[in-house]
Amino acid sequence: MNIVVCIKQVPETTEVSVDPETNALVREGVDSIVNPVDENAIEAALLLREAHGGKVTVVTMGPPQAEEALRHALAMGADEGILLSDPASRGSDTLATSYTLARMVRKLGEVDLVLCGRQAIDGDTGQVGPGLAERLGAPQVTFAIELEVSDGKLRARRVLDDFFEVLEVSLPAVVTVVKQMNEPRRPSMRNLLKAKRAEITKWSLADLDADSTQTGFEGSPTQVIRVWPPAKRSGGRRLEGAPDEIAAEIAKVIRDVKLASG
Amino acid sequence: MDFSFNEDQIAILDAVKEFCDEELAPKAEQTDAAGCWPAENVSKLAELDLMGIPVSEEYGGLGMDFLTWAAVGEELSRSCTTTGAVYGAHLLAVFPIMHFGSEEQKQKYLAPLAKGGKIGAFGLTEPGAGSDAGAVSTKAVLDGDHYVLNGSKIFISNGGEAEVYVIIATSDPSRGARGLSAFIVERGTPGFEFGRDEKKMAFPSLPNRELIFADCRVPKENLLGRERAGFLVAMRTLGVGRIGMAIGAVGVARAALEAAVPYSRQREQFGKPISTFQAVQFMLADMATEVDAARLLTWRSAWLKDQGKPFEKEAAMAKLYASEVAMRVTTKAVQIFGGYGYTREFPVERYMREAKLFEIVEGTSEVQRMVIANHVIRELGR
Repeated sequence: MNIVVCIKQVPETTEVSVDPETNALVREGVDSIVNPVDENAIEAALLLREAHGGKVTVVTMGPPQAEEALRHALAMGADEGILLSDPASRGSDTLATSYTLARMVRKLGEVDLVLCGRQAIDGDTGQVGPGLAERLGAPQVTFAIELEVSDGKLRARRVLDDFFEVLEVSLPAVVTVVKQMNEPRRPSMRNLLKAKRAEITKWSLADLDADSTQTGFEGSPTQVIRVWPPAKRSGGRRLEGAPDEIAAEIAKVIRDVKLASG
Repeated sequence: MDFSFNEDQIAILDAVKEFCDEELAPKAEQTDAAGCWPAENVSKLAELDLMGIPVSEEYGGLGMDFLTWAAVGEELSRSCTTTGAVYGAHLLAVFPIMHFGSEEQKQKYLAPLAKGGKIGAFGLTEPGAGSDAGAVSTKAVLDGDHYVLNGSKIFISNGGEAEVYVIIATSDPSRGARGLSAFIVERGTPGFEFGRDEKKMAFPSLPNRELIFADCRVPKENLLGRERAGFLVAMRTLGVGRIGMAIGAVGVARAALEAAVPYSRQREQFGKPISTFQAVQFMLADMATEVDAARLLTWRSAWLKDQGKPFEKEAAMAKLYASEVAMRVTTKAVQIFGGYGYTREFPVERYMREAKLFEIVEGTSEVQRMVIANHVIRELGR
């Protein structure tokens, strides 16, 4: 199986700050990691490769330092990492990103399966996977928690709010996965060192014959009007005393809140 | 002297730290309380390629240096002392085979040890021979294609769980230290049995077992190094082993310090966190300084070893100092925790019991002082 995993490099901390001028996330001084649920997608790809053979290619678009995210995927065991880094792709929203990623997948030729994490912890849109499926004209399965491939078909169990859904789709397909799907493996030291020395394939938009009206700022109709961090939660109140006194106090607090909110 | 870490070392240490914080530390209490071999942790170390760090890649190791091995050992020990001790004891079989083994021995024994598929142990200590290695009485008599071993070893770390043992026996008791030879003995060899597992003050999950040899026939090709060169094998192994024990001691001392600092900030007396009292601050300052000094002594000895320079004196200094630091620092940590420190609610009383091991194992503090004094008198006494 030829599997492509699309990953994103994101800032490590959940306490990101926003530049009030540009409305963009401030990345300086913040460590970068692979978007956590993308690691689950990599793990799923590695497990499928172990079961069915084939190749796992990991792709990302981002600034040159996004190479580190690909090295992490290689350390986990992926076969190849490809970085699309092009100044002209700056400002890409989910529409432009899914367009660019679709061009990357197409350039890779025969691909059986594209895996993505359900959403990134920075933008939190969850739109790139589905967008990619549309662009590729492939069936899509979102929020997958289990995957099974046989006879050119994929059976996936989706986690929805109140129920599971099992879908069967033909390959090639695009699947986004959830965190509960698996436990991403920890790279062994040997793989870690190997990945540090590995060649990362680098592409530019020109390599993709990309339509410049569909990439970067130009291809991104989304305009971020304002971004602001959620209000900090107040410290709360600490109750002390015997368990029954505390329970009574909690009950009173709940009653008061209910009364207040009518 | 330069022991700044290169990019590869930093990458490894970062990954090891993450592994320790996420997987070892959260269940260190359980690992200790279980009172049985930490099989899961040990197999994780193998999966992560941590069981053969200084072994060349040719034999399945990482091909890194002893400084890296030591720095990794500190992380393991400060997050799970038991796992750190297994890691340290394992090297006592890895090192002599790596250093003295023939090509065949390396292929057969070193490679699986380096990959962690097999665990190693080293057997020198006997009821009547510990500090005095020359008094080893386990006999090895050549009989055709085999050496026949008779005798017993005690306190052997990883004993029973390890598959590969490096055993020091005497092939000529009349010659004392010069009559010793080293052998590689596989678990399961007929005549090789395990006796009592010592009940110790601490480390209930680390086996320290008796090894019993009763007409145990060891193939001739398992002689490690030359015949009657066993004392050299033992001394070289203990030299490196001392670096391992020193780093284990640094690890437990650091664990105690890292427990004491947040506790002192959170514990209030007289309306203030106890960390605001100078009496506590001075204890923390001494603890931090001593841990640092112990680590630097230890790193220096590992660095000297990596440079191919003599390191025996420095390793003895590191082991002596670090183990005594571990005792002092863990005792102070218990003091900072006060009454709670004396209970099993908190890990510091365990650290204090564990620290004592390091002043005894692999050459007591007194033996280290003997070794250091011999060097110093030789170097400076003329």
